[in-house]
Amino acid sequence: MTVIPLLKKEYVTKLGEEGKRVDGRAFDEFRQITIETNCVNKAEGSALVKIGNTQVIVGIKMDLGEPFPDTPDCGVLSTAAELIPLASPDFEAGPPQRDAIELARVVDRGVRESEVVDIHKLVITPGEKVWIVFIDIHILDYDGNLFDAASLGALAALLTTKMPILRMMESGALVKKDLEAWYNRTHIEEIREIYSHPDIDEIVAKKKKGTVKNIRLPMTEPPISCTAVKISNFVFFDPSLDEDELADARLTVATDANGDIRAMQKGLAGSFSKEEIQNVIQGALENGRKIREQLFTKIGK
Amino acid sequence: MKPEKLIVDGRRLDGRGPNDLRKIKIEAGVLHRADGSCYLEWGGNKVFAAVYGPREAVPRHTQNPLRAIVKARYNMAAFSVEDRKRPGPDRRSVEISKVISEALERVILTEQFPRASVDVCIEVLDAEAGTRCAGLTAAAVALVDAGIPMRDIPVACAAGKIDGQVVVDLGKEEDNYGQADLPIAIAPRTGEVLLMQMDGHLTVEEFNKAFDMAVESCGKVSEIQKKAILQRYHAVDEVIE
Repeated sequence: MTVIPLLKKEYVTKLGEEGKRVDGRAFDEFRQITIETNCVNKAEGSALVKIGNTQVIVGIKMDLGEPFPDTPDCGVLSTAAELIPLASPDFEAGPPQRDAIELARVVDRGVRESEVVDIHKLVITPGEKVWIVFIDIHILDYDGNLFDAASLGALAALLTTKMPILRMMESGALVKKDLEAWYNRTHIEEIREIYSHPDIDEIVAKKKKGTVKNIRLPMTEPPISCTAVKISNFVFFDPSLDEDELADARLTVATDANGDIRAMQKGLAGSFSKEEIQNVIQGALENGRKIREQLFTKIGK
Repeated sequence: MKPEKLIVDGRRLDGRGPNDLRKIKIEAGVLHRADGSCYLEWGGNKVFAAVYGPREAVPRHTQNPLRAIVKARYNMAAFSVEDRKRPGPDRRSVEISKVISEALERVILTEQFPRASVDVCIEVLDAEAGTRCAGLTAAAVALVDAGIPMRDIPVACAAGKIDGQVVVDLGKEEDNYGQADLPIAIAPRTGEVLLMQMDGHLTVEEFNKAFDMAVESCGKVSEIQKKAILQRYHAVDEVIE
């Protein structure tokens, strides 16, 4: 460690002993969160999430394609993150680095393992044609705690995603027969409404958007991620940039509405004791509850 | 699918006349970490630009002992277009990055910062025809916000030909099905041309007309840029009071 981070660490530790943080927050307190949805027209779903000065935009694109051979009856989820040089003087252009890949994989796990997107309902013909959901995370401004901003952005974007059914029909990738097969598998009423619409051929030919109902992604209850870092025996939630950079260890915990744990990731070279982990889980539950409430108010659920 | 006509009764598909620009909104100083930044909406385009520097140019061998180098990186988000784009640079974005870097280098007082680099990041989040003009225009505002000394504030706008008629600032359908597209960037004080590309088919007379119309539109965009920059410092004023 060079001298400046050492001095900063000493300062953070000294404040920690007095029960304080550099920006005046309580140890388990998040910065202000704002969520804005539908901010990219070209995307099927999108969200801009700010946690303090950190800004992350997530866009969802969908396409049709073949499933993976080992899961013929599941749709495909694909998550990618880019730490673009716009967001920080320390990010460099080029292929995704380890940090970007860890970030994308943690978000991916939060979405995939919690089954928040019902991928079984994204199958049109098993083994042949399924929906592919691309989650692309774009970091705009890096001021700490990318994990929570990216996860929350991904959820908000997925929850507001409208499936591009008419566009796929216009290009011929999706035909009425497919919709029928899809309805028979999923019993999503809106699908039947589309293929049995009397003017569907004309709607497709003339690109009349807004004449049939949008279909949202089939989603279940989303778990909310909360991250804490440990700096010389103090545990701080929602690390700011300095706290992120000084952190000895990091722990992300995703919790659901029942108060159960749905995903975890410990990062960096430091370690946690069992008590500290329990403390982080407790804080993740409390903050998760507040963030879930804010997310649902925003998307009108 | 090609619309039958791009101009009906002198009006374009979105109701504009030949000299009308799409709606433009510019905001300076929107990112916390960047030395200078800008958010710009131009019709359906949404673009962020950030500037870092002047800082030491790396790798070392790229340094110029007499002046700063200007590295612009134009990048499109995977979700910014109809069919998802693979993340990362492709040949198109590398070319656009190059011509934008060169255009900006012309106005930046690079001789003041030997061995340094001025890094400009342009991120297109939503794309709908004319992203290179939108990107360059946003980058110029971000450069001002970063306090980079410049001879002028560059500005870009395109003209083109649709249904045999010369118009400015092509929209999505006009770009896809029009007959020519002529994006230019100028230094508005002197009228110097910093960037010019053309594809399609124009007669010499049509080119002259398109060029003049594009320059005139650049003037309008330039005013919006200046307003955004003034607004940035106006906002600071209020905090002091």
